[in-house]
Amino acid sequence: MTSSLKPLGTAAALVLILLVLVPLAINATQRWDLYYTLTSVALLSIASAGVWITFYIGRINIGQAAYALMGGYVSAILVVKYSMSFWWTLPLAGLFCAGASVLIGYPILRLRGVYFAMVTLVLTEVAKLLALALPITNGASGMVSIPLPGALTVFGITLIPDFETLENVKRAFYFLSVVMMLLCFAGVYRLVHSRVGRLCQSLQQNEELASSIGVNIAWLRVIAYAVSSFLGGIGGAIFVAISQSIYPSSFAVADSINFMLNCFLGGLGYVFGPMLGTFVLYFGWDWLFQTGKYQLLIFSSVLIVLMLFLPNGLLSIRLPGKKRS
Amino acid sequence: MEQVIVNGLYLGAQYALIALGLTLIFALMNVLNFAHGQMYVLGGFVTYTIYGQMELPFVVAIMATAVTLAVVGALIEKYLFRTVIKRSVREESTMLLAAAIAFFLDAVILLLFGEKQRGVPKLIDGVFNWDFKIIMPYDRIFIGFLAIFLIAGFVLYMQYSKTGRAMRALAQDRIAAQLMGVQVDKYSMIGFALGAMLAGVVGGLLVTITGVSSGIGGPISIKAFMMVMIGGAGVISGAIAGGFILGMMESVGLTVFHSYGDITYLIIFASLMVFLSIRPQGLMGKPWG
Repeated sequence: MTSSLKPLGTAAALVLILLVLVPLAINATQRWDLYYTLTSVALLSIASAGVWITFYIGRINIGQAAYALMGGYVSAILVVKYSMSFWWTLPLAGLFCAGASVLIGYPILRLRGVYFAMVTLVLTEVAKLLALALPITNGASGMVSIPLPGALTVFGITLIPDFETLENVKRAFYFLSVVMMLLCFAGVYRLVHSRVGRLCQSLQQNEELASSIGVNIAWLRVIAYAVSSFLGGIGGAIFVAISQSIYPSSFAVADSINFMLNCFLGGLGYVFGPMLGTFVLYFGWDWLFQTGKYQLLIFSSVLIVLMLFLPNGLLSIRLPGKKRS
Repeated sequence: MEQVIVNGLYLGAQYALIALGLTLIFALMNVLNFAHGQMYVLGGFVTYTIYGQMELPFVVAIMATAVTLAVVGALIEKYLFRTVIKRSVREESTMLLAAAIAFFLDAVILLLFGEKQRGVPKLIDGVFNWDFKIIMPYDRIFIGFLAIFLIAGFVLYMQYSKTGRAMRALAQDRIAAQLMGVQVDKYSMIGFALGAMLAGVVGGLLVTITGVSSGIGGPISIKAFMMVMIGGAGVISGAIAGGFILGMMESVGLTVFHSYGDITYLIIFASLMVFLSIRPQGLMGKPWG
């Protein structure tokens, strides 16, 4: 009983904090710029959650930026060239990425360890170069002045108003991103605590053993990778809607590495690790901006020290003294 | 066509030397050293400072670079990687550490040497010209041969010296080597120092030709990863083969696809992905490294 209530309590607390308390606090302090920062954190943590899922099946994924870029371009092209509503392009971007990841993932998921990591790293570069080379993406000049999301109406009821008519677009995007983030993490949490999640964990430990007792590992890997890429595509698509522009360099190798770092920092053993990791990394980086040219030096030193003392992630801090050989 | 092949060989020689250091570190410790490109840049700047600014002989500069990078590598291994490997639950944690070290070195390099592109005076003047079929500056030929000489030296060292044998034993089977009395900690440190030194020496050699700037560390790392992947991670012959293959592909690609714009790398990357999904362990690697 208590074990099933605990996640619900955590979720309710998160909803309360993110959707009520944070906007109230921002209203009170007039720090409107925080909306943009928090929106970025929410979106990056969606993509990081995707990377976390691939970690969960025992693969190091440094290719999430490829799917974020892909999702962004799919959404942008559909909105600009086919004048679709943003709200339709959002799931389509995710599904496109998931479909692409099935095709790409089926061969490359046979790789393990650093081999998979390197192929996904190369994938990030491939996505960038493709965006430069394909005619539909407009090459290096990118796609700019993408319209803001319009209204979403179902049976004549306006669920989401047109973003053009809103007085505070940043706040609207904040709510959109946070709601998406909560949905995604709820989904991931549910996935991890389901039968499929247990099976994924068995992949992480020993694929041959899992396969020998009848787990369809190839299918499971592809499913997990598709979910991961879906999240990357969603994150990228919303990001493009906010910045209203996309370039081949919008998501690069550095972003792929950051997504991975977010997961590591939060802790690979915890569903909410990527959320915390993104928050800490992004805010830490932002906050260190005042140190000027020493920003990167301090930031990387802190990362190294964190790794030395908490090599299993920030969330592992509550298990002191539990050492493994 | 002769020109393309010579260019490819020249590129391949330096690439192979870069890849050797990375593959050595990977073979010994199972660590993917994201900071490899940054060590290359650091080596370039040390050489630039000693040869370009203090105007000491080039040999002295290269020696100093080698020593500096070896010390940096040894310290990183002893105080950072060893500790993290002992404490962390999952091996992949070392990747975060390596990335953090890459950021750290980037920051240090930026603070110490600034963001300008730096170059040094040419080592040898003049251009080798064979009937306009092969045109190659003498200093490139010199660096190319020096690189091949260093590769040969490294291979011989790994093959016949006691240290080299110990490191190869470690790479083959860590526990078995330990049981045979190989001092694992000592040789891991030596190996890491050697890997860092190789990266630095290549940086020092190439500063005389292409110069060095603080931002090129990341791209160099990615190229080195690709070479290691082509040849097979942790295999020395594989790294050499990978370096020459990538150098040749770049040289040929840039000539053949010249008219189509910037698609050489797209083709190289895409074919690498296809190649790896058919042969995951690379040309000479052991499966699942």
